[in-house]
Amino acid sequence: MIERKVRIINKAGLHTRPASMIVKIAAKYKSEFFINKDGMEINGKSIIGVMTLAAPQGAELELTFDGPDEEEMANEIVDFFNRGFDEEC
Amino acid sequence: MLTQKNNIILHGLAASAGISIGKVYNYSKEVFTISDEKNSNVEEALKNFELALEQSYKELNKILKLAQERMGEERAAIFEAHLMILQDQFLISTIKGRIEKEERSPEFIIHDEISKYQQIMLNSEHVYMKERASDIEDIKNRLIKNYQKRKWVSRIVNDVIVIAKNLTPADTILFSRCNVLGYVTEQGGLTSHAAIISRSLNLPAVVGVIDATKLINDNDIIIVDGYNGEVIIKPTEDIIEKYKQKIEKIKEYNKKLEKIKNIPAQTLDGVKITLLGNMDLKEEIENVIESGIEGVGLLRTEELFMESGFIPSEKEQVKIYKKLSEKLYPAVLTIRAFDVGGDKFLPADIKEDNPFLGWRGIRFLLDKPEIFISQIRAVLKASINGNIQFMLPMVSTLREVIKAREIIDQVKAELDKNQIPYDKNMKIGIMLEVPSVAVILEDFANYVDFVSIGTNDLIQYLLAVDRGNSVVSNLYDEFDTAVIAILKRIMNRTKKVNLPVSICGQMASDLLALPLLLGVGITTFSIIPSALPHIKNAILNLSVNECKELAEKCLTYPHPDLIKKEVTDFLNSKNLLYKE
Repeated sequence: MIERKVRIINKAGLHTRPASMIVKIAAKYKSEFFINKDGMEINGKSIIGVMTLAAPQGAELELTFDGPDEEEMANEIVDFFNRGFDEEC
Repeated sequence: MLTQKNNIILHGLAASAGISIGKVYNYSKEVFTISDEKNSNVEEALKNFELALEQSYKELNKILKLAQERMGEERAAIFEAHLMILQDQFLISTIKGRIEKEERSPEFIIHDEISKYQQIMLNSEHVYMKERASDIEDIKNRLIKNYQKRKWVSRIVNDVIVIAKNLTPADTILFSRCNVLGYVTEQGGLTSHAAIISRSLNLPAVVGVIDATKLINDNDIIIVDGYNGEVIIKPTEDIIEKYKQKIEKIKEYNKKLEKIKNIPAQTLDGVKITLLGNMDLKEEIENVIESGIEGVGLLRTEELFMESGFIPSEKEQVKIYKKLSEKLYPAVLTIRAFDVGGDKFLPADIKEDNPFLGWRGIRFLLDKPEIFISQIRAVLKASINGNIQFMLPMVSTLREVIKAREIIDQVKAELDKNQIPYDKNMKIGIMLEVPSVAVILEDFANYVDFVSIGTNDLIQYLLAVDRGNSVVSNLYDEFDTAVIAILKRIMNRTKKVNLPVSICGQMASDLLALPLLLGVGITTFSIIPSALPHIKNAILNLSVNECKELAEKCLTYPHPDLIKKEVTDFLNSKNLLYKE
């Protein structure tokens, strides 16, 4: 299992578009993926769950990846966070 | 002795005339109450849940495609997320798991499970998130609605009065097949589609009845009084008897009017008036012909696809138009092109800030040439009897008419090439419902063969009042001085350029408005067939000259109430208003 901390850096925060992008990326992998925010654990492959995270700019999230391709999955998703979801920061 | 003296009377707007006494079917409750009954047939529940998912997916996908076309991929992303929710395997398997384990009704579990997420969003401090909660609400309701509809369709009973929060045109049509006796809705004004359809089906309706769905229960006996806008809940025997007598009286009165059915409509001073009918559903044709009208001045075609949710094929359309034209022959059939948008059908699913100023009518058709062209082709192919004319909705600029005519000419050329027969002289007209058209009417006369005044929208745009917005809808008044003035202007100008003109809005069927309409020079009316006897009876007893004087006088009044009073007194003096 891999644990990573990420910070939301784009202006708009984790809104619908990045939420659906994250789920789409996660769907490519076999591993399980959870997002932790303030003690709330969300299944990262569930769009309705990720949408409810409501993480604004500056918020910190804990990601866990667990499964056969956890390494690649973690890299791609963390990278997406670190790019500010390719949005204005 | 126990007597039930206190009948509860609810008040609303009298949307469609008539009185019905009957049992209640509370439609809103059926759809929006989530039952928590035990459900042991897990297999069937799972199957229906799957079907509801599928149906919801289809609906949302249609919306997404449209959104992508109109707003671009970027802004349509929200709908894509909605679709993803319907495919959210985590969510779906959680719901399915609970259906199996808890043996409760799936609607309860869908509601419970999705509401959890909604609650988290609502608790958020961000406005953005709170708004997203309403998106989730949409999806939840769509799913539950589609789940319940599967159960519900088979449960509609005959001979009931339907009570609902709001009725979509599709609902109203669906119910009309079940011999519904009347409608009561919480929302909607006199010009809402449900009201229009009730009138055309000749069913009493009262709309805008606050809390009707809460105050009236399934199977209650109620009286719907569509003359006075009243709903009487659990009436006593006495009251029922009184209303039964009323119904008899009205029947007798209508029978008397029946006699004038086949007399030509002519005023006392010899002006010949043409009375055409408005039609929504193809099923209405027999009623329309029987009512004694002289043709169809407005066939609203959007109902054809509101019923199915799909745009009917060209072949299907040809069949319908041709059949109607044959039944009416030699009387005229005026087909209005699909008038979608505003509060009607598809584009309403795309959230526009001002849908009534947005993508509707001819604007939609010119942007969707494939829909428009297939309808034009269907109308032309059906036109061989020579009694069809074609009308364009919501025209606001000359260039729209020019473009539409270009398209029509292209279709004609193509039919010529393929040697398919059609009426080469088919008249093309427009709805006059945007004030801009009235301003340069002479210019429009160069491009159109006729105009038909659509008063509902014309008044709304002239007075800048959203007729569906209850905060300002009191300003919407067909008796506003400016309304009478613009009608007079339109009549003077069309006369000058010899442009045939008719009136087909709701105002045309309003007995109270009739003297003013005659007074400004209107001689062709397209009305709700059920209003024909009253309107014709009045025409036979009025003279245009007198009406002219009345209209001139009313044009000097500053308030619609004064105008209404003047006309009421005028009609009363001739004993033309129906009195109980």
